[in-house]
Amino acid sequence: MQRIATGELRLVELSRHYGDFVAVDGIDLDVPAGSFFALLGPSGCGKTTTLRMVAGLEEPSAGRIMLGADDITNTRAHQRRVNTVFQSYALFPHLSIIDNVGFGLRRLKVADWKSKAMEALAMVKLADRANQRPRQLSGGMQQRVALARAIVNRPEILLLDEPLGALDLKLRREMQIELKRIQSEVGITFIHVTHDQEEAMTMADTVAVMRDGHIEQLGAPAELYDRPATAFVANFLGKSNLIPIELIEPGVAVITAVTPGVKIPVAPQTIPATISEGLHLGIRPEKVHLASGGVQDDRPQLVGQVSDVSFTGVSTDYLVRLEWGQEFTLTQPNDGTSRARLGERVTLTWDPKQAFVVGAD
Amino acid sequence: MGSAISTALRWLRKHAIIIIGLLIIAYIMLPNIVVIIFSFNQPVGRRNGIWHEFSFNAWTHICAPAGMCDAVGLSLGIGVVAALVATVIGTMAAFALVRYRFRGRGTTNLLVFFPMATPEVVMGSSLLTLFIAVGVRSGIATILIAHILFTLSFVVTTVKARVASMDPALEQAAADLYATPSQAFWRVTFPLAAPGIAAGALLAFALSFDDYIVTSFNAGPSTITFPMYIWGAAQKGVPVQVNVIGTIMFLGAIAIVAIAQGIGSRKSKVEA
Amino acid sequence: MAFALPGARPRKSAKRRRGLFVPAILLLPALIWLVFFFVVPTIALASQSLQTGSIYQGFQFTWAFSNYTEALSTYWSQMVRSFIYAASATVFTLAIGFPLAWFIAHRSGRFKNIVLVLVVAPFFTNFLIRTLAWQTILVDGGFVANVMKATGITGFLNWIGLVPNDSLLGSPFAVICGLIYNFLPFMVLPLYTSVERIDQRYLDAAADLYSNGWNTFWKVIWPLSLPGVVAGTLLTFIPAVGDYINAKILGNANTTMVGKVIESEFLVNLNYPIAAALSFVLMIIIIVMVSAYVRAAGTEELV
Repeated sequence: MQRIATGELRLVELSRHYGDFVAVDGIDLDVPAGSFFALLGPSGCGKTTTLRMVAGLEEPSAGRIMLGADDITNTRAHQRRVNTVFQSYALFPHLSIIDNVGFGLRRLKVADWKSKAMEALAMVKLADRANQRPRQLSGGMQQRVALARAIVNRPEILLLDEPLGALDLKLRREMQIELKRIQSEVGITFIHVTHDQEEAMTMADTVAVMRDGHIEQLGAPAELYDRPATAFVANFLGKSNLIPIELIEPGVAVITAVTPGVKIPVAPQTIPATISEGLHLGIRPEKVHLASGGVQDDRPQLVGQVSDVSFTGVSTDYLVRLEWGQEFTLTQPNDGTSRARLGERVTLTWDPKQAFVVGAD
Repeated sequence: MGSAISTALRWLRKHAIIIIGLLIIAYIMLPNIVVIIFSFNQPVGRRNGIWHEFSFNAWTHICAPAGMCDAVGLSLGIGVVAALVATVIGTMAAFALVRYRFRGRGTTNLLVFFPMATPEVVMGSSLLTLFIAVGVRSGIATILIAHILFTLSFVVTTVKARVASMDPALEQAAADLYATPSQAFWRVTFPLAAPGIAAGALLAFALSFDDYIVTSFNAGPSTITFPMYIWGAAQKGVPVQVNVIGTIMFLGAIAIVAIAQGIGSRKSKVEA
Repeated sequence: MAFALPGARPRKSAKRRRGLFVPAILLLPALIWLVFFFVVPTIALASQSLQTGSIYQGFQFTWAFSNYTEALSTYWSQMVRSFIYAASATVFTLAIGFPLAWFIAHRSGRFKNIVLVLVVAPFFTNFLIRTLAWQTILVDGGFVANVMKATGITGFLNWIGLVPNDSLLGSPFAVICGLIYNFLPFMVLPLYTSVERIDQRYLDAAADLYSNGWNTFWKVIWPLSLPGVVAGTLLTFIPAVGDYINAKILGNANTTMVGKVIESEFLVNLNYPIAAALSFVLMIIIIVMVSAYVRAAGTEELV
């Protein structure tokens, strides 16, 4: 059955149950062809199960998997033009590197598999290791072999199951750049599963944040970061300060954590139309400033006491205890502004348009 | 002086396990060395227990004692067939037991374990009881049945351990790389399990070739295996040629493993 | 074809069927073998043990429990002796096997495979030949016998009753030594498998946490080796109880073990019911002991 490669993946109400446990709860997802897509979430959120269902290694309990116009739900792993870079790499220990990389091509009966495999090895800069065994290679090299072994088949979709999890930080950063370069070179759709938010944001054009088997929010990294739809997303992607509020009139909210409530201005465009109960105002640490001198009237203003100071070089991180006991985190760039001392009383302020409003978690 | 003693003691402590290990190896080797030395003996009378004179006689006339070489041939044949059958059906069972969850799996594991937990004399006598009850004449077939039975459990256990230690992601990777289930089995699963299967087969052969007790219950009057031959000869004095066979088997086993090792290390050297 | 099937149900039922079919086929030959040549013979043995009659007049099933009382009252001493010999041999095999397994796993370096082969290779020299070699080694007036006599070991063994009449051959000592020697590989191989997995850094960690050598052994090494210890002791003890070759070649009339009795009753006296009763008792005792032992050691998953 010859088909035109599209690389466009669509999941329709895809579910996976294990007895009573629902691993994936009817997700709908469109992954456009040629994109670098990340499935991000904490362990146990169903992201790996979703990936394995796309690979054909796990069977859906319900729903469909579409590759372009074809329903591939009922096909088996070896029949799908989808390849996986496994978390443990899963390199065949009894085969040489070149035979590992050529494994898929030989199954596909590609005549010049050897030269194609060598090309793929050259792409990951391991051509000189072709005749060695996997165990003779370092972790980072094995990772690159696993990538070459998958990519050499020119699958419609490449699945990456936390492929950088076993690497140390420096190597991981290098590989992130490498993966992005390769993806733009070959133009295959990449679906990358990870629990590392920084990794997902650095690499992917689109990120889907998963939680308890469903997709919590989907969008470009900047969009997710600046406009998280839920408290979960706000906390999973970086740090956030969340304050319980109630809207009392357009553009003004009152903080409900204290009585009498403190009034603060809220930008109307940040308020979601659908939620009205249990609202929280969220603000990222790097968007909070220490006010020196007066604060403009249309800016929020909170007073607290510095309870912790840590200097990181690039910036100074503060913990500020507010009057109702909540600790606010804020990051002050090392741009020459004067630093606050431990125990000092400070005033915090931010641009209301940089804040966001989410419902209770 | 005192420091010399304490240095010696410290050295002894540090190397104690090596010294003990080597002593135990020597203990294990001792009877084999005796067997080898006495294969060159020219004993006085029938008993090959006291050193008399060096001679190649037994080595140049291996098949001189009546019936001995036939017995060795029979044992080799039985060992090969029993190991082959036990390895095939044992490997199949091991895969089923490791790779599938099904009702009765625990019972099956227990059933596999029981023959290992049964003294040979009980196994031999119960098989004989059955053969008598159904009127089967003892012979090569009954010996084979018995040998396959007691080697089977060892094969299953050995292969099971190997298969259980294999990363299931490897087979998934094979399927992911377009291998059909049968290609995945023959190109990935089987080569990875092969060392365990080979070890199981070798163990099965060794156990079969070595067995006296079970065999003595199930052998017919004309099916004298090598151990039975030795047992029979032991009463009146074992011929020197028995030591020759023992030596050949011992050195043969070491040679096989050494060759396998050599191939393995040459391979990795070429790759390195 | 795309939207013809809602959901994935049809394939799922197919897989479930395949999920039972494949293991059934794989297991079938082994199960047939085990049932027909292990379970059925065991039942035949149980039945035989309750029959009366003789080989000439034929046997009838008569619930003859008297076979058991007769067998045990005649041969209880051989039965008890077998268990005592096998138990002492197992203890010593463990004592020798453990340091050897540790040596192979952690201290033999690049000679590991060679040493492993040396442990297994004697398997290929016949059991009987090796036991006969011990006859040569322990012979009266030989080197070993002289050294042991000179150092007073023989005297000590005589005093505790293991060497009754100054001759090493034909003594319980020789029989137990033979058992230790012959079953050592069965002890060492499972021990080696367990011990090899023990990360050497555990020992550093134990030492770092103020543990001396003794504590490190009992609190860290021993618990981690337990699966190997249980497997090894079972594979040594069980065959040793039923063995009679060592008792025959290295012992005398006073060291006869129950295996020899069963063999003679079966093959020489043709007294099948008594032989079957003895066999069955031996099997039951071992099953009870093994279950209790495995449970006590907490390694049930071993089986």
